[in-house]
Amino acid sequence: MSNIAISLKNVSVSYGDKEALRDTSIEIPYHTFTGVIGMNGAGKSTLFKVIMGLVTPQTGKVIVCGDDTKTAQKHGHVAYVPQTEQVDWDFPISVYEVVMMGRIGTQNIFKTSTAVDHEFVTNALTQVRMIDFKDRQIGELSGGQKKRVFVARALAQGADILLLDEPFAGLDATSEHSLIELLISLKENGKTVILATHDLLSLPDTCDEVALVKYRVIAHGPTKEVFTKELVSQTFDGLLHHIKFD
Amino acid sequence: MFIIEFILEPLQYAFMMKAVIVAVVVGVTCALLSCFLILKGWSLLGDAISHAVLPGVVLAYMVGIPFGLGAFIFAMISVVLIGYIKSNSKIKEDAVMGIVFTTLFALGLMLISKIVSSVDLTHVLFGELLGISNESAWYTAIILGTVSAVVLIFRRVFMVFAFDPMHAQSVGLPITFIHYAFLVLLAITITGSIQTVGIILVIAMLITPGSTAFLLTKHFPTMLQIAVLVSVASSLIGAYASYYFDVATGGTIVFVQGLMFMSVFGYQKLVKLASKKTRLT
Repeated sequence: MSNIAISLKNVSVSYGDKEALRDTSIEIPYHTFTGVIGMNGAGKSTLFKVIMGLVTPQTGKVIVCGDDTKTAQKHGHVAYVPQTEQVDWDFPISVYEVVMMGRIGTQNIFKTSTAVDHEFVTNALTQVRMIDFKDRQIGELSGGQKKRVFVARALAQGADILLLDEPFAGLDATSEHSLIELLISLKENGKTVILATHDLLSLPDTCDEVALVKYRVIAHGPTKEVFTKELVSQTFDGLLHHIKFD
Repeated sequence: MFIIEFILEPLQYAFMMKAVIVAVVVGVTCALLSCFLILKGWSLLGDAISHAVLPGVVLAYMVGIPFGLGAFIFAMISVVLIGYIKSNSKIKEDAVMGIVFTTLFALGLMLISKIVSSVDLTHVLFGELLGISNESAWYTAIILGTVSAVVLIFRRVFMVFAFDPMHAQSVGLPITFIHYAFLVLLAITITGSIQTVGIILVIAMLITPGSTAFLLTKHFPTMLQIAVLVSVASSLIGAYASYYFDVATGGTIVFVQGLMFMSVFGYQKLVKLASKKTRLT
């Protein structure tokens, strides 16, 4: 088994005549914590969708955990933690039921839960310290707890790769800190964590790798080497005021 | 004893027996779908489909095929047309729906004015539960019974589809198929319910019970149960009201449903106000 979790080779994606990703290549190794940064509309979401197999590139090749994206979906290799505003928090569903949705890929066509499913869900909820909240309706949680529930769903799914889209948006400093701790502990336990973030300030402390995206991956590598003033200002068209670089 | 007599007496007539059975089946099916529809945010789509089937009903009448079949064909035409225009123009979805369904509804009105008598028009637009034919009653009961069974059997799939389609797709569920399967079930339900409440009001059957239930619970299985209860009760009240007082069935059913929604909403507001007051004093 290679140590590469995700590999994109010369991937291009357009929606109609709008180009979202152009001739993009990137290789992300297992057991890494990668921050994906770039301006809005620069292709971060498309990159995630390609990895999840939701968007089929017009050209190029995508390999996820050694499989093509369709097979990777069947194995549940990749889990996605949605942005807060993508979720209907009034939905009549409990924390436990959301995490159980992590199991649907492996269940029969009626999606009935087995004893094994319940074990996975309980373990996942315990791991993110949300087991005491399992019967709560999902809207009755704080911002940080909501994120933990979806991380638990990813764990229940048995995913090796966690994609998180703007996980820190709207979180207070304490919740952000404890979510980061959780994600780092997951990485140390063998998961590959990839997050799209606008939070450039905390990035050097959390991510060991950084990918800069501007219609393609313009740079990717260890944070120290890639998170530099030149490269980051190139990504953001030079609009940087508040970031201090070493 | 009076109440039992009140309930049983009309049932000795075959037409009333049929009406009650159809009312219950329609009530159950619409209620189940309404829970998914309002959570998915598809209420307007249901409205669009229900209006768009009119030309199908009229053409079916002309050709002599079952109403339901003609309606179903036009339901599908409207869904495909809405989807196609939306993804191939910059017009927003609600506007596209508005254009498609009014155009088809207007076509239906034109056809009706040339071909069908005004009595039949009233039946199509507002329903005629007590006058339902044996054939239609059987058709409705079997078709909608099947829809209810399918929705219940696959409720967890539809719930994931409503809550997080992206997740469903990312673990390999055939989300496009589920999407169209749900639309087909919706179209069948609408066409099957027309006889009961008519084209204009069928959308109420597909929005109100689920909404009332949504106010009352945070638990999806309970939501399904409350919606069915509310919906079947309204349907029965409608059937009996038109038997005893000779008022329009469809109108009564939908009005009772609306009244139940308003009562629940009003009651909850009052409770909230009361608890605020006790906290202040």
